Amino acid sequence: MSEASAAPAAELAPRSHRAPLAILVALVLVAPWVVYPVFVMKALCFALFACAFNLLLGYAGLLSFGHALFFGAASYATAHAALEWGWRPELCLVFGAAVAAVLGLATGLVAIRRQGIYFAMITLALAQMFFFFSLRAEFTGGENGIQGVPRGMMFGFLDLSRTYVMYYVVAAIFLLGFAILHRTVHSPFGQVLTAIRENEPRAISLGYKVNQYKLIAFVLSAGLAGLAGGTKALVFQLASLTDVHWNTSGEVILMTLIGGLGTIFGPIAGAVFMAALENYLAQLGSWVTVTEGAIFVFCVIAFRRGMFGELSRLLKRPL
Amino acid sequence: MLRSALAVLAALAASPAAHADFTGKTIKIGVLNDQSGLYADLAGPGSVLAAKMAVEEMGGKIGDTPIEVVFADHQNKPDIGSNIVRQWIDVDGVDVIVDVPTSSVALAVSAVVKEKNKVFLASGPGSSDLTGKACSPNTVHWTYDTYALAHTTGQAEVAAGGKSWFFLTADYAFGQALERDTTAVVKAAGGEVLGGVKHPLNTTDFSSFLLQAQSSKAQVIGLANAGGDTINSIKAASEFGIVKGGQKLAGLLVFVTDIHALGLQTAQGLLLSESFYWDRDAKTRAWSKKWSEKMGGKKPSMVQAGVYASVLHYLKALKALKSDADGKAVVDEMKKLHTDDTLFGKGVIRADGRKIHPMYLYEVKKPADSKGEWDLYKLVKEIPGDQAFRPEKEGNCSLIAGSTPAPAAAPAAPAAAPAAKPDAGSAK
Repeated sequence: MSEASAAPAAELAPRSHRAPLAILVALVLVAPWVVYPVFVMKALCFALFACAFNLLLGYAGLLSFGHALFFGAASYATAHAALEWGWRPELCLVFGAAVAAVLGLATGLVAIRRQGIYFAMITLALAQMFFFFSLRAEFTGGENGIQGVPRGMMFGFLDLSRTYVMYYVVAAIFLLGFAILHRTVHSPFGQVLTAIRENEPRAISLGYKVNQYKLIAFVLSAGLAGLAGGTKALVFQLASLTDVHWNTSGEVILMTLIGGLGTIFGPIAGAVFMAALENYLAQLGSWVTVTEGAIFVFCVIAFRRGMFGELSRLLKRPL
Repeated sequence: MLRSALAVLAALAASPAAHADFTGKTIKIGVLNDQSGLYADLAGPGSVLAAKMAVEEMGGKIGDTPIEVVFADHQNKPDIGSNIVRQWIDVDGVDVIVDVPTSSVALAVSAVVKEKNKVFLASGPGSSDLTGKACSPNTVHWTYDTYALAHTTGQAEVAAGGKSWFFLTADYAFGQALERDTTAVVKAAGGEVLGGVKHPLNTTDFSSFLLQAQSSKAQVIGLANAGGDTINSIKAASEFGIVKGGQKLAGLLVFVTDIHALGLQTAQGLLLSESFYWDRDAKTRAWSKKWSEKMGGKKPSMVQAGVYASVLHYLKALKALKSDADGKAVVDEMKKLHTDDTLFGKGVIRADGRKIHPMYLYEVKKPADSKGEWDLYKLVKEIPGDQAFRPEKEGNCSLIAGSTPAPAAAPAAPAAAPAAKPDAGSAK
């Protein structure tokens, strides 16, 4: 992952992103009129989740194997706030993201003391702890999940129970989250993260407080993953154990890798691809997992940089 | 560069958003259940076949509109189930959702179906909340429910002298409802519940749970679980010598497929209740034989029978109504028409969506008494529908409490279940 393409010309990046950004926005706006809107909403939630995850893995070089923790915790928090406390959806989403960020802070404080496989194992362990907590806790509803979450009226006037209103709210959330990540990656902060990824001792010797950077990145990533999870809970009016299961953590890694690690657009493509696979191959039952595995193997062998990684190499510009 | 993304999106767009309705091309029946997991034997592909048999019986079409059956696997997960249903209705034009064992999924499906105003014929799920606090004008709950199980098997166990209980409960909507409803029966009869332990859905190792049950010293260990979980817990209990030790197992929901899997040696003497048993009379035998021929000699469970009967009744209602556009209207029509089929006999669907028919209390035969692989039950008694099922007024169903115009005068006698004073539906 060290030869990923973001490094060479950081200044150039935003300009070369103009066209793809425009295409992205256009696609997001048009998609629901062509494809089944609920599916696109699901894809967008996962895309935001994957982008948030990519900030850690792709730019800071931290492989978190427990990101479902933040995704799922926020989806429970959002659903609970909407159903039990009757909060307005925007507050529920903020609450969900905040819960995820706080959990991210706690997890980050423990995990970033270690590197590589140890970091991954700590995050996995904490996520599994949370999974069993969710299974047994009263408010999560165990196997039932939190059902019948009301979508409500966003800001008091946007009726989210209407599919297209919901869609454009999801689209706005996604674009907002993406904008935050895009800005972060191309800020001096993002450059330091990349420096840490490339050579941590050197970054330390240059005087950067590496752990602080990592922690901030971790919290940011957790918060945005939470935003994605909360949005998903509102879309499907359901928060369930699937969201906190380690499968979800694995899936987001797969999405990021297939799309292109360390590319800003890659995870989106990866998420859409994986969501489509799951949706349209659902009849195959357990074969979906086999197919995903085969595709993963194929990607690792044939195009290791992922869809956008390879594309960016062909076009000779960072994406 | 976005070509790949575009290609993907274009591929996705291929599925057209056709909204079939009666005047449209087909009537689509979606059978949603567990196709490969712990409930696959009692529902699964057998339910799909049952639905197809009902369609066949109606001649495969109503008027000129052909009827089509599709199916999917919800993997016992509410999120997967409700996604499939949403997509079936929005994209594929499915008009009616059938079966859906696993109450947690069924409750989620019921909510989606209500929102989309289609029809949900629940055969597999048990939770009495489907016609109680979560009732819906679009749902018909056909085969059985946790209240009925509690008032048949549970009551019989209490009557047989089981005064102190310990529950082994599957930790999701169904198990929780069954424990709640049975607890009400036990307490109403002056018994006591010493405790209980909840296990996750689809558990293989029951040893730690059974040790707790054993040390509770309760006379009866109530198994508030189903399918593969029940099989595993009964097997493990037999290994632990729990029955030999003087405690009694009460399988609160046991299907004929479970008994077949357990074998008579292990299961003999177990009391259980079903609303359908293949060997009850000539008609059920004839239907089961037809079903069995296509299922490699297996016999249908009550869930599969319920799928057949509910689909048949649905199609009759469509025939009378000549439209399937308004799901609520179809269900109202189903409530208005009295039900009559070869498997459940004559019956009614109450305003709250509860189908009323007799329940039968069976005892599992001794190996010596069994005349064949599937000759498993001995009838103990028949419990009339008005005693087996919860009185309409006690369910806290919003369709009853409000002054909604009840389409069908429910003939279920209000006197109803004698021992059931405490309202099972309102307890959390």
